[in-house]
Amino acid sequence: MTTLDAKVPAGPIQDKWTSHRFDSKLVNPANKRKYEIIIIGTGLAGASAAASFGEMGYKVRVFTYHDSPRRAHSIAAQGGINAAKNYTNDGDSIFRLFYDTVKGGDYRSREANVYRLAEVANEIIDQCTAQGVPFAREYGGLLDNRSFGGAQVSRTFYARGQTGQQLLLGAYQALARQIALGNVTLYNRSEMLEVVTHEGRAAGVVVRDMVSGEISSHSAHAVVLATGGYSNVFFLSTNAMACNTTAIWRAHRKGAHFANPCFTQIHPTCIPVHDEFQSKLTLMSESLRNDGRIWVPINPDDTRPANDIPEDERDYYLERIYPSFGNLAPRDVASRAAMRMIDENRGIGPLKNGVYLDFAEAIGRLGKDVIEARYGNLFEMYERITDEDPYVVPMRIYPAPHYTMGGLWVDYNLMTNVPGLYAIGEANFSDHGANRLGASALMQGLADGYFVLPYTIADYLVDYLNVAPVSTDHEVFKDSEREVDERMKKLLSINGMRTVDSFHRELGNIMIEHCGLARSKAGLEKALVQIPALREEFWKNVRVTGTEDSYNSELAKAARVADFFELAELMCRDALEREESCGGHFRVEHQTDEGEAQRDDVNQAHSSAWEWNGYGQAQTHIKEPLEFEYVALAQRSYK
Amino acid sequence: MDLTLKVWRQDGPGKPGEFKEYEAKGISSEASFLEMLDTVNERLVEAGDVPIEFDHDCREGICGMCGVMINGHPHGDQKGTATCQLHMRKFNDGDRIVIEPWRATGLPVVRDLIVDRSPLDRIIEAGGYISVNTGGAPDANLIPIPKPAAEASMDAAACIGCAACIAACPNSAGQLFTSAKLAHLNLLPQGQPERYKRTAAMVEKMEEFFGSCTNHGECEEACPKSISIDNIALMNRDYMMAKLKDRRKFGQR
Repeated sequence: MTTLDAKVPAGPIQDKWTSHRFDSKLVNPANKRKYEIIIIGTGLAGASAAASFGEMGYKVRVFTYHDSPRRAHSIAAQGGINAAKNYTNDGDSIFRLFYDTVKGGDYRSREANVYRLAEVANEIIDQCTAQGVPFAREYGGLLDNRSFGGAQVSRTFYARGQTGQQLLLGAYQALARQIALGNVTLYNRSEMLEVVTHEGRAAGVVVRDMVSGEISSHSAHAVVLATGGYSNVFFLSTNAMACNTTAIWRAHRKGAHFANPCFTQIHPTCIPVHDEFQSKLTLMSESLRNDGRIWVPINPDDTRPANDIPEDERDYYLERIYPSFGNLAPRDVASRAAMRMIDENRGIGPLKNGVYLDFAEAIGRLGKDVIEARYGNLFEMYERITDEDPYVVPMRIYPAPHYTMGGLWVDYNLMTNVPGLYAIGEANFSDHGANRLGASALMQGLADGYFVLPYTIADYLVDYLNVAPVSTDHEVFKDSEREVDERMKKLLSINGMRTVDSFHRELGNIMIEHCGLARSKAGLEKALVQIPALREEFWKNVRVTGTEDSYNSELAKAARVADFFELAELMCRDALEREESCGGHFRVEHQTDEGEAQRDDVNQAHSSAWEWNGYGQAQTHIKEPLEFEYVALAQRSYK
Repeated sequence: MDLTLKVWRQDGPGKPGEFKEYEAKGISSEASFLEMLDTVNERLVEAGDVPIEFDHDCREGICGMCGVMINGHPHGDQKGTATCQLHMRKFNDGDRIVIEPWRATGLPVVRDLIVDRSPLDRIIEAGGYISVNTGGAPDANLIPIPKPAAEASMDAAACIGCAACIAACPNSAGQLFTSAKLAHLNLLPQGQPERYKRTAAMVEKMEEFFGSCTNHGECEEACPKSISIDNIALMNRDYMMAKLKDRRKFGQR
């Protein structure tokens, strides 16, 4: 039986990272140029890692399927980035950020990793400020903070409602500088379609040039996957259209364990679905809950417009149920509360599928100008989509898939169980447990890329000094190239009756119904029958037109959806085997009398890693036990 | 609503292209412009045809990936709106809509409505950054930045790099894009050490790809983020200073 070694250093938690950096082997600066590193993805994690490696002197190749590194979906993050600076003098500390993140993750993350994340968070703010990220400021010229869900301190740094954009541009610009210096080579419009291993270690990747269709191999000493999350398995999510699981799924198929696939986050504040042709969902930042109040009418049959419903006939349910956190309850809690309201038939809007997020009180208290300065671009975005003015009528919001805590299993060094293969950012599973707190994704992406991986990778590389990477003429590469080519040809040759989107939409419906906000044994078992059947139909009945040797986005989409089917099945199996409710994973069989998540710390205090056994074979379930020395396990309460 | 689309189709870079007409019937007025194109494409695939290629990704108006000429206007004629945020309720039943890729020599067509915007990356690579390596940055509050300066920098930094400004310009000039990045960095204290070197390098790189600015102001009109052409004035001033200033004296206050 395979066991997992997380390689967590010994010693007190506050010393682990310092002593680990000292104990790790180093690559001498003059030798760094002898190493080649491949990075897939140019979001916060990928761009920051690529820039940092380039600055250190490594030879880096970075791949993105976009036309420019700046398009990665980190750009769409709105609200902010956490750090324990305690600039607001409200008692914040590294330990409190660590504690909040472990608790927020419903005690299903690795303590040592989370502590390190909290520890390097302050450096991220310093680094980004030095790069020229225009964070919001007070009139005195110092940095401003705001509050986010799951914390009782103000520790979130922000740049209007475009924090992700500004942080990504900072990392992209640092990357651009390294590209200009020749330390990093950029391959744009190039999609990674296979991880190549040799003698059990990562040897390189196979990529497809999306413009010419050319399939080529790239070898290196180490391969870093920074390819984001898989929320698009639900078809409708807040992720960008191209976000997919292919890179990490292909790594899984080459032996990397996939951890906690069922830990997905449904974000409480998105614009509700309006029609069946809808292509994606739009997030309204959690930061809006600083000033917005969430409510539904007390009377389910109330059909009056929001502004005509008097104060005493409204139910501000988050403030009622969770008085101490109020509208800033964490995402999983707020989403489930919204679901309960809608299940009670108290939903609002034409499809009765939303709740109100109301700014009237804040506008009255602070004035429209202040609200506009804080959230102007979000209000504008809302108005564009819904044709309603949120300064006048409350926003309508509804929970939607947003982030995936699960991902490739990694050890303390962020290396998967395949030596030389790393996963950073949302692509790994490491820091958020079963639920991510707001403003922590940006923190983790940049922590991994700027301040963790640049140190930990040397410990692996040092043993391969003067060892050339496997030649791309080697049969392991040729076999993978052939496999990718055959996959593309197969998709084009089926010529069935249904479009890729029609399959993807159907898969998404199965997943949101059975593996979404609430999951049940019966539902998951049903999904595990429906998904393989749909996958089989896909491979017999999908229609992809166009050719392989030209720009063909239908073909690219088809290959991604094919991998989503396999992932969806594993998500349902993981959800079925996790007999408890925790964070974003809510099994209806396991709930408290008040309808809150009921964990099982005796039997389920572990991360689930899944080992690939070949196509059509069930994965093997491996458990990494979670030990909590510094945070006492408790029923999470935000009351 | 029922629409007629007149769409530019082109198989690849350097290949001949042509307009083709498509009927888009039964489109919901609640659909976004790109969802309308999705529907048309799904029908094309069902009919065994090759769908219309267009760039898009976040569909929230922030990634800068999308952008087409709609009836001659970059991103359509709704002000401050990217193509993905444009909704069909702004059109009328029976409308005929002409859809073209960005038209500029510096942005060659990749396929159909997709163009190659990599010159924008080259301009950033020429100097659109502050040269600080990872690690060793001073505490973020060490340099107080006056709020109006930070806000002005952020106004410029909001550029999404979609290239609509270039497509809108009769000269295909890249001034608005380039000046937005320069203003973002040059307005901040952190950007001062490299201010003039950056300005000269980026302006000269820009001129390798794009035409000259003659103050038409079409770029600001077309910009989905309403970036101001004031930035171009700032850039021009800094470019002139870059040629006059003795950089050895920059350490003096």
